[in-house]
Amino acid sequence: MTRTRFMRLDEWIGFAILALVIFVLLPAALDDFRLNLFGKYLTYAFVAIGLVLCWGAGGILSLGQGVFFGLGGYCMAMFLKLEASTPENTAIQSTPGIPDFMDWNQLTALPAWWEPFYSLPFTLLAVIMVPVLLAGFIGFAMFSRRVGGVYFAIITQAIAAIMTILIIGQQGFTGGVNGITDLRTLHGWDIRTNEAKTTLYFVNGVLLFACLFIAQYIRKSKLGRVLIAMRDQEDRVRFSGYDVANFKVFIFCVGAAMAGMGGAMFTLQVGFMSPTLVGIVPSIEMVIFCAVGGRLSILGAVYGALLVNWSKTVLSESFPELWLFGLGGLFIAVVMFFPNGLAGIYNDYVEPHIKALFGRGKPERSDEVAAPAVETPPSGGPAQPTARPAAQIPPAGTPAQ
Amino acid sequence: MFADYSMSELGAIFAMQGFAGLILFSVFVLMALGLAIIFGQMGVINMAHGEFMILGAYVTYLISNLFADYMPALFSGYFFLAMILAFIAAGLLGMIVEWLMIRHLYKRPLDTLLATWGLSLILQQVYRSVFGAREVGVTIPDWMMGSVYLTDLVEVPINGIFVMVLALTISLAVYFMMFRSSWGRQVRAVTQNRVMAGAVGIDTGWTDRMTFGIGCGVAGVAGAAFTMIGSTGPTSGQLYIVDTFLVVVFGGAASLLGTIASAFTISQAQSIMEFFLSGSMAKVLTLLVVVGILMIRPQGLFSLKLRK
Repeated sequence: MTRTRFMRLDEWIGFAILALVIFVLLPAALDDFRLNLFGKYLTYAFVAIGLVLCWGAGGILSLGQGVFFGLGGYCMAMFLKLEASTPENTAIQSTPGIPDFMDWNQLTALPAWWEPFYSLPFTLLAVIMVPVLLAGFIGFAMFSRRVGGVYFAIITQAIAAIMTILIIGQQGFTGGVNGITDLRTLHGWDIRTNEAKTTLYFVNGVLLFACLFIAQYIRKSKLGRVLIAMRDQEDRVRFSGYDVANFKVFIFCVGAAMAGMGGAMFTLQVGFMSPTLVGIVPSIEMVIFCAVGGRLSILGAVYGALLVNWSKTVLSESFPELWLFGLGGLFIAVVMFFPNGLAGIYNDYVEPHIKALFGRGKPERSDEVAAPAVETPPSGGPAQPTARPAAQIPPAGTPAQ
Repeated sequence: MFADYSMSELGAIFAMQGFAGLILFSVFVLMALGLAIIFGQMGVINMAHGEFMILGAYVTYLISNLFADYMPALFSGYFFLAMILAFIAAGLLGMIVEWLMIRHLYKRPLDTLLATWGLSLILQQVYRSVFGAREVGVTIPDWMMGSVYLTDLVEVPINGIFVMVLALTISLAVYFMMFRSSWGRQVRAVTQNRVMAGAVGIDTGWTDRMTFGIGCGVAGVAGAAFTMIGSTGPTSGQLYIVDTFLVVVFGGAASLLGTIASAFTISQAQSIMEFFLSGSMAKVLTLLVVVGILMIRPQGLFSLKLRK
């Protein structure tokens, strides 16, 4: 095997084009309002990149990424809310100095677990660490028992459901179904002005590229290769002496950290955080972004997030009836006909022409992550029958022998 | 939390919440049975299962309107016809979906999840366009109204009892189909060893289609029963899908008995806790316990021993 470079020339070009789109093209072409919208879409791209690592490379499909997105977003929102709830601003409340929704719910003191969020460094740490700790806990509990595949998907989905119910139910502590709203300043800097939103858009873009480089590094490192090997033949990796569970926990935590970061940027740019971004539906939509962009391509994931959200906005503005048909149809089409999404279409149909145009002849594919035409199903549930091609669920009935 | 109630009141509370739990249990069983067939036997994750159920509910709604308008004399019996039609409608749709979509994805179980989610979005929009976004309710026949008083403190609604009887009947029917009929034997043969089943002359493709269709049909009947205790909207199905999957996984994916046992445990726990905590906290606690147990015992309550 040849030594892998961090990035090939065409990958550098791909990054450069994306940078051009995000930092030059979009800001030049869009007004402040639309740019802010695209900033919002880009926060989903963080989640989608994390999903490429977990799902595309590692074979772990999590339907609970919304939870991590929400946790990051809520951490940030709690800090901003505390800053907005100064005793002067909240003088009309029966208990001044606590967030307004707490006052409406007859709370008379700030809960102890809100206290640390007065500190910005703590908040920034929490934005990453809270999702990572939860992901670490879930991952450790499940992967060390070799729960994977569909079971993992269903349980993470249940966790997303629990989280939503909890946030909505504990209205006094979390703002309930409305979420945490009316956020104003970050350390005295008003985040509601157009200039602030434009600045945040660029901050968002830079952070996104940081995540892209981290993801690229992981994919090209030995870790990335172990992940792919694990996705395709988990048992062989295990028999080779690798601790499969630890690798899975690690990559799941990385995905959660990225999602948390995206959530925090969402709160900053959009100005609120609510349970509608945490639950089952947004979590699955995040998987759609990743699937449409291409589950094996980190750049594809960013384009997927942009494209799906943009078409969602355009379609639901003009044809609200058609939007769900479009989204559902897109989903089925991508899964059935283009399992590698936009990036797959690019690799199959566009790239050869470009290569031919530049006379490169046969492209070097030494370190390309080969996409299996038919995804080898990641290991199924706790029991894994081996000789059954059809399904990965433990089947009914008696032992096969 | 028990101090405020006397012994007899406490007994009545447990009995009433227990009955409420039994009704919830019946709904869970009806929904989970279809899913246990599709997910447990075939390994297909059908996220559109809730929408198949809602199809059954809308069929019941149409039939009840039809009877009210044209055959008011027979109105008290419309439900039985509605149930059969709900089964056929949902089953047919299921077979079409299997033929168009699912059969291409048997090798990619995670992708069936995504594709059927897309299907569920489309179906929801279809329902919204056809029946409107508002929830609809059916008129319950007179004989199903009212309650039975067991003691002074304990009363049970008749429609609840009816749903329970229905759940019992359908569970028995599914049991006989799966374990006592030649069709059930074929289904189990195909899921255990597809190649060998094909070699002994079973048409595996057709068996798959029938299995998926019957699973969806049972969901349709669940939807019909559901109209007796609640109203139906385009997104009602989605509310139950996570619970239902948890019921099936918690019970042990391939075991029908496990599905029923886990539906019973989850519904009773939730319903009894609901009286003492708020509804949402009861649900959170129940789900947390289920997820916690699944983390410790991923194979569920009842699992079949398999050699790896």
